[in-house]
Amino acid sequence: MTAPAGGSLLESVRPRQALRPAGFWRSALTVALKDLRAELRTKQALNASLAFSVVILLLFSFAFDPTAEETRALAGGLLWLVFAFAGALIWNRSFARELPNDCLDGLLAAPISGAALYAGKAAANWLLLMAVELAGLAAFGVFYNAAWTSRFWPLLGVLALGTWAVTVVGTLFSALTVNLRLRELMLPLLVYPLLIPALLAAIQLTGPLAVGQAASAEAMLWLRLLGAFDIIFTALALGLVEAVLVS
Amino acid sequence: MTALELEQVWKFYGDFPALRGISLRLDPGACLALLGRNGAGKSTLLRILAGLSRAGRGQVRVLGTDPRERQARARIGVLGHGLSLYEELSALENLTLFAKLYNLAEPARRARQWLERIGMASAGEGLVREFSRGMRQRLAIARAFLHEPDLLLLDEPFTALDDRAVAVLQELLAEARREGRTVVLSTHQLREALEPASHVALLVRGRLAYAGERRREMLEDAGWLYRTYGEGT
Repeated sequence: MTAPAGGSLLESVRPRQALRPAGFWRSALTVALKDLRAELRTKQALNASLAFSVVILLLFSFAFDPTAEETRALAGGLLWLVFAFAGALIWNRSFARELPNDCLDGLLAAPISGAALYAGKAAANWLLLMAVELAGLAAFGVFYNAAWTSRFWPLLGVLALGTWAVTVVGTLFSALTVNLRLRELMLPLLVYPLLIPALLAAIQLTGPLAVGQAASAEAMLWLRLLGAFDIIFTALALGLVEAVLVS
Repeated sequence: MTALELEQVWKFYGDFPALRGISLRLDPGACLALLGRNGAGKSTLLRILAGLSRAGRGQVRVLGTDPRERQARARIGVLGHGLSLYEELSALENLTLFAKLYNLAEPARRARQWLERIGMASAGEGLVREFSRGMRQRLAIARAFLHEPDLLLLDEPFTALDDRAVAVLQELLAEARREGRTVVLSTHQLREALEPASHVALLVRGRLAYAGERRREMLEDAGWLYRTYGEGT
């Protein structure tokens, strides 16, 4: 087929202004800020996740009324189970937020890479889950009489690494399950088995720090495992997400 | 360089072929009316051209490159069935978001200009969820035209539009045609599609039944194309 007339048509398809697409970090930041703004306005995932964390911690403290020694033994496991389940509430919303009005099509049609879109969403999820974890940690300190504030900075570092590990996998599977009818059920079922190494490491590292004690002798080993998990799964997710989003 | 070029394109949903061997070529500046009944494959074809879906088989080139290339997408404007607007963000925030994603200079200023242009300057701070259907439609049109794309892919753009939104869209389409931009317009509303079209393609059950210039008979008798190349009226 041909254009109706005129040699000026080819001329006219020249870009009207600089059409260079935005870079990876800028695109990711735009998506992250959009997600955070939307979430802070509705607070759908944040409220659910926060309420879940505090209620579970409260119920456990009433149910078992643990001694200081018992608290030390269960702190890491309890906290990370709560954080992982609270995270699922946030990840589920991450891509589901794009379903009304076909917003995901708008993002995919824009000149940003799937990797930048994913990175922005993962960063927003990480920040939201970190906020929930810090609130949960405060509740943990009150309900279990745990002096975690004396080890705040190492604990924050472990939380940051562990939260990225669970978020990077959770956000990828949020993209994968977004069009499933049972996505709220499917997401945790698919994600948690993959998270076992990261959760094990985070539990081991968090346990002593959460009750104000020094890290264990094997801490470096667990830290390396957590760091390697973060790097490997971030690279995998960034490489795979384009194929997940555009079929 | 062609505006778009498809070579033996197939798309399968499971075992079902939604598109069957589509070959099509459109030069820059043309306006293609993509016609066909519901389920004929119009939206599937537009999604592939927009880079929202991949062809199962065949070659697709848009503005000289793969539609999933970011350089191509920067020059394509898409208006689909959904409005692609965030309900929890304001009109201004929505347009600014997309201006940033398209890497436009001064995104907030550009967004305000477009709000004025579609007659929504005073509603810029209002949340989209509080808007009427007509306001949302105008905002979605502004989102699709915001970056002055060289290729416009419009899927049933006149469906359920109110009068003001129709006027905005018709004005923008006329301007796009004057500026020599390429337009692909899918619809089953024959009159509205055929008037601005320079070319017509008719899809019947995923196959291209007709592709060529718009002919006089099509304007005089809207059903002529379907009777001649389709499955009757």
